Amino acid sequence: MSGNELDARRMLCPMPVIRTQEKVEQLQAGDTLTVFCSDPGAIHDIPAWCRVNGHEVLDIRRQGEEITIRLRVGEE
Amino acid sequence: MSVPRKAVALISGGLDSLLAAKVIQEQGIHVEGINFYTGFCVEGHTHAIRKKDTARPKRNNALWVAEQLGIKLHIIDIIEEYKDVVINPKHGYGANLNPCLDCKVFMVQKARQWIEAKGFDFIITGEVIGQRPMSQRKDTLPVISRESGADELLLRPLCAKNLEPTRPEREGWVDRERLHGFEGRTRKPQMALAAAFGFEDYAQPAGGCCFLTDKQYSHKLADLWKARGERRYELDDIMLLKVGRHIRPRPNFKMIIGREEGENRFLQGYRKQYTHMLATSHPGPLVLIDGDAGPDDLDLAAQITARFSQGRNADSVAIEVHTPDGASHSLQVQPMPGAAIPRDWYL
Repeated sequence: MSGNELDARRMLCPMPVIRTQEKVEQLQAGDTLTVFCSDPGAIHDIPAWCRVNGHEVLDIRRQGEEITIRLRVGEE
Repeated sequence: MSVPRKAVALISGGLDSLLAAKVIQEQGIHVEGINFYTGFCVEGHTHAIRKKDTARPKRNNALWVAEQLGIKLHIIDIIEEYKDVVINPKHGYGANLNPCLDCKVFMVQKARQWIEAKGFDFIITGEVIGQRPMSQRKDTLPVISRESGADELLLRPLCAKNLEPTRPEREGWVDRERLHGFEGRTRKPQMALAAAFGFEDYAQPAGGCCFLTDKQYSHKLADLWKARGERRYELDDIMLLKVGRHIRPRPNFKMIIGREEGENRFLQGYRKQYTHMLATSHPGPLVLIDGDAGPDDLDLAAQITARFSQGRNADSVAIEVHTPDGASHSLQVQPMPGAAIPRDWYL
């Protein structure tokens, strides 16, 4: 399991999604990525982006203003 | 056996692009979506900065459309490249600072580059002749095909029967008979087609999907360019134009005043970049100062800040001023009466 992280705090949607997409393009199927965000919209958008593009959301945590989304990269 | 064909659909999140993609999908073509983020996109989440709007469903409509269609969606950041489209539109602006025709040419051009890189065969858009006054006219649709370089690889499934056959139609990749001949501003054919496909709850943005079509937003952008003496912007500038009450008391500075808790919280993210002030003796908004404000300007801004605090009827309000270098000082001011703020200070 890899420990890839992306800091998307202070970005408004869809920027956290775009940065997640760019990061995922550099990863291999099966890798995991942890995304840190602050826009509540990311709670909906990153999982939606994962669903349509074949990636798996492992968990979503929210602590105060900070949201952490962990995903696993799917096959092409 | 024929080669399976692949198309990319420009997905705005509205009904037309949803239908255009569906019409082609129904013909057995592999479709993926592409959505461009310019920074000016009317986004549910941008509205949701305002706390009062949080009851609205928070969703990205382009992603919602992709889910309805079961297609992949590629969201592309074009913020930097798009500046030239906004600042120097070859075909000019629409009613406001909306460069719709240049915008469409640019996006189709980007889609053409994308299909070349990814090995796709053609491009789909949801354009309908006569639907929009600038970019979707019978005489401008060929301009988009030509200037984008997409030429005959650009198919408009909703109005294809009113246009010359494109290569996907001529080569038999798609059946022209199963495309449509929509025309004009009426939405009835699209709504009927949506019903036939079983689509409900689709987005119908009244002012299109771009802030540049908004009169007040365009006025604020024009003011920004005038105040700076040049036509340029950064992403933070155009985001801040979407938030707060903007007041320009003097040519050298303007104030961005949070209108409620959600906006104040959003503006707090800019505290280190801008001089800002807020009332300390009474509850009140966070106010950013954009421009080069001297002591006399800050005193005037403090009086206006006091006017928008709950101390507006008090004899005196304490205002704390913070500068980007980390320094701060306090001012004791009399709130400016609302009637004393000229209407033309409001942007």
